[in-house]
Amino acid sequence: MNNAKNPFDCSNFLARETNMTESGASHAEVQDIIAKLKDLPGALLPILHGIQDKLGYIPAATIPDIAKALNLSRAEVHGVISFYHYFRETPPGKTTVHICRAESCQAMGGKQLEAHVKNRLGIDYHETTADGAFSLEPVYCLGLCAASPSMQIGEQLYGRVSADLFDCVIKPEEASA
Amino acid sequence: MIHKIYIPGDAAAVSLGADRVAAAVVQEAVKRGIQIELVRNGSRGLFWLEPLVEVAVTKGRMAYGPVQAKDVAGLFDADFLNGGNHSLALGLIEELPYLKAQQRLTFARVGITDPVSLDDYLAHEGYRGLKNALAMSGADIVKQVTDSGLRGRGGAAFPTGIKWNTVLNTPSEQKYIICNADEGDSGTYSDRMVMEGDPFVLIEGMTIAGIAVGATQGYIYLRVEYPHAHKALNAAISKAYEAGYLGDNILGSGKKFDLEVRLGAGAYICGEETSLMESLEGKRGLVRFKPPLPAISGLFGKPTIVNNVISLASVPIILDKGGNYYRDYGMGRSRGTLPLQLAGNIKHPGLVEIAFGMTLRELLYDFGGGSASGHPIKAVQVGGPLGAFLPESQFDTPLDYEAFAAIWAVLGHGGVIAFDDTVDMAEMARYSMEFCKIESCGKCTPCRIGSTRGVEVISDIIEGRDLAKNVPLLRDLCNTLLNGSLCALGGMTPYPVLSALNHFPQDFGIAGQADAA
Repeated sequence: MNNAKNPFDCSNFLARETNMTESGASHAEVQDIIAKLKDLPGALLPILHGIQDKLGYIPAATIPDIAKALNLSRAEVHGVISFYHYFRETPPGKTTVHICRAESCQAMGGKQLEAHVKNRLGIDYHETTADGAFSLEPVYCLGLCAASPSMQIGEQLYGRVSADLFDCVIKPEEASA
Repeated sequence: MIHKIYIPGDAAAVSLGADRVAAAVVQEAVKRGIQIELVRNGSRGLFWLEPLVEVAVTKGRMAYGPVQAKDVAGLFDADFLNGGNHSLALGLIEELPYLKAQQRLTFARVGITDPVSLDDYLAHEGYRGLKNALAMSGADIVKQVTDSGLRGRGGAAFPTGIKWNTVLNTPSEQKYIICNADEGDSGTYSDRMVMEGDPFVLIEGMTIAGIAVGATQGYIYLRVEYPHAHKALNAAISKAYEAGYLGDNILGSGKKFDLEVRLGAGAYICGEETSLMESLEGKRGLVRFKPPLPAISGLFGKPTIVNNVISLASVPIILDKGGNYYRDYGMGRSRGTLPLQLAGNIKHPGLVEIAFGMTLRELLYDFGGGSASGHPIKAVQVGGPLGAFLPESQFDTPLDYEAFAAIWAVLGHGGVIAFDDTVDMAEMARYSMEFCKIESCGKCTPCRIGSTRGVEVISDIIEGRDLAKNVPLLRDLCNTLLNGSLCALGGMTPYPVLSALNHFPQDFGIAGQADAA
């Protein structure tokens, strides 16, 4: 739909920040997050967010500490982590690609975009490329419905996305992987 | 002279390149030695024109859009800082028909002010509602909200004043105000626009609610997919604390209200109020049985108001100008304005806040300009993923809660998604079931099992297997979901599924069969 006549202009879409998850955060950092947040009313979600923000995921090894601090069973903590789509128990790829699957994006070619992205990355939803460069996740609405179809790469949002635009923004990531 | 330039910091504008445009404008101004003041405002909601750049000139604000970074040097050459002519020039923003035809009450400041400037908020009639409220009794505040006719804008359309009154009259040493900012309905973005574009109006609305019913703690339960809104809310909340609009002694009144943002974690069901409260308590977001009502036993078992962002953001103008002022807009039992959100395959997608009563057709064509693809609009889904699909024959329905209920449809949160004639409605019906399957909390059987079976049955129908058996089976299953589910997720998934089946039987291979028979 975009630029039917003109070749796609990549220059508009380069220059952006990447979403680097900090690696090597220590046990002490997790303890610090737990200690800081455990006295909030309903502290579990804030703690899980804190850990995932820091590490990119919630390692199984952190669950006993969380459970102990909140006086919960490990099963209860695991149950909460597994309930919410956003929380993950495995490390994500270096860059996470979120594709919006919702109706507005579908009305503007979202399914074709989805097929293109899966093909280009060679993975399905909830998978990570073998080289650890990319994870692919569906999202049910980024709230960018007036700029459909939309996606998020790392922290950066993109609206009116075409296959060409996706290829443009993914190239530098591929090169650095 | 310092030139004032507005470039939206709204997430949708940013997704279209607004940050790059802002950086290019700053760079170009430095290069040319021109002094500018750059404001990252909210979006005006005219998204086909984003990134939309505005420049303050003597007669108003001149608009240019859609602007890309590569256009910036040319705009400077054309003297856009003084309203110079350029191929992207749109004229004075306030004169654009799309904006001029609206009645912006809740969105009065969005796109105009600097979202995180308290001074700007105060200069544009901000906190006048709170000042009035501080001089009133709780019962009088609730009466104003009741008189306004405001109904819950999250989708259920329950009268806000009645909910507040229940909390007011339920004695408790602790009460809570929760803002449901888990705007998970696809095709909707008005909550996001308010939180990013005018966060103080939400904070003011929640503070008024707290003072009205005697609640001292508020939570904004925000979906994690909205990091821009998170940043804006936190910035505004900390400014409100510094200036005494939140905290132990609001504006010296001796009244207390604390406010905190909590993040969700990608579960659609947490937009359901009881599931939301479970999540806030740190649990799996399982739906609770009602009764007890949240207004009597809500968060941590205490009386709790749970209102949508738009409901709460409409409270300040009601307390400023009076319940009657707000009630004078609208039709029938739908009073005031509804911020509609045009999305999908539409030429002019955007936010349209207008009094209830306009027809869907006027919205789609007068505002929306028809489809983006130029094909006919085949179907419109109104009210999010649990809303019915409407065929062209229903486009003359007025946007009014009761008129929509009469045709077995809902207005919901005001999302309107257009589809052109390339859409396959059987695929859309299957997607609706699949969505229910993915997002079901699992507590009740009709939703948990029924959605999985629903996907299978619709797949069978799509593949043409035994339609005489499978179509009645799908209807029967929908009936079970409709009547047997604990909450609206299972209870309303039949709306899109059955409306697709009823209005577009040919897409399910049924009309073709009937013709052949």
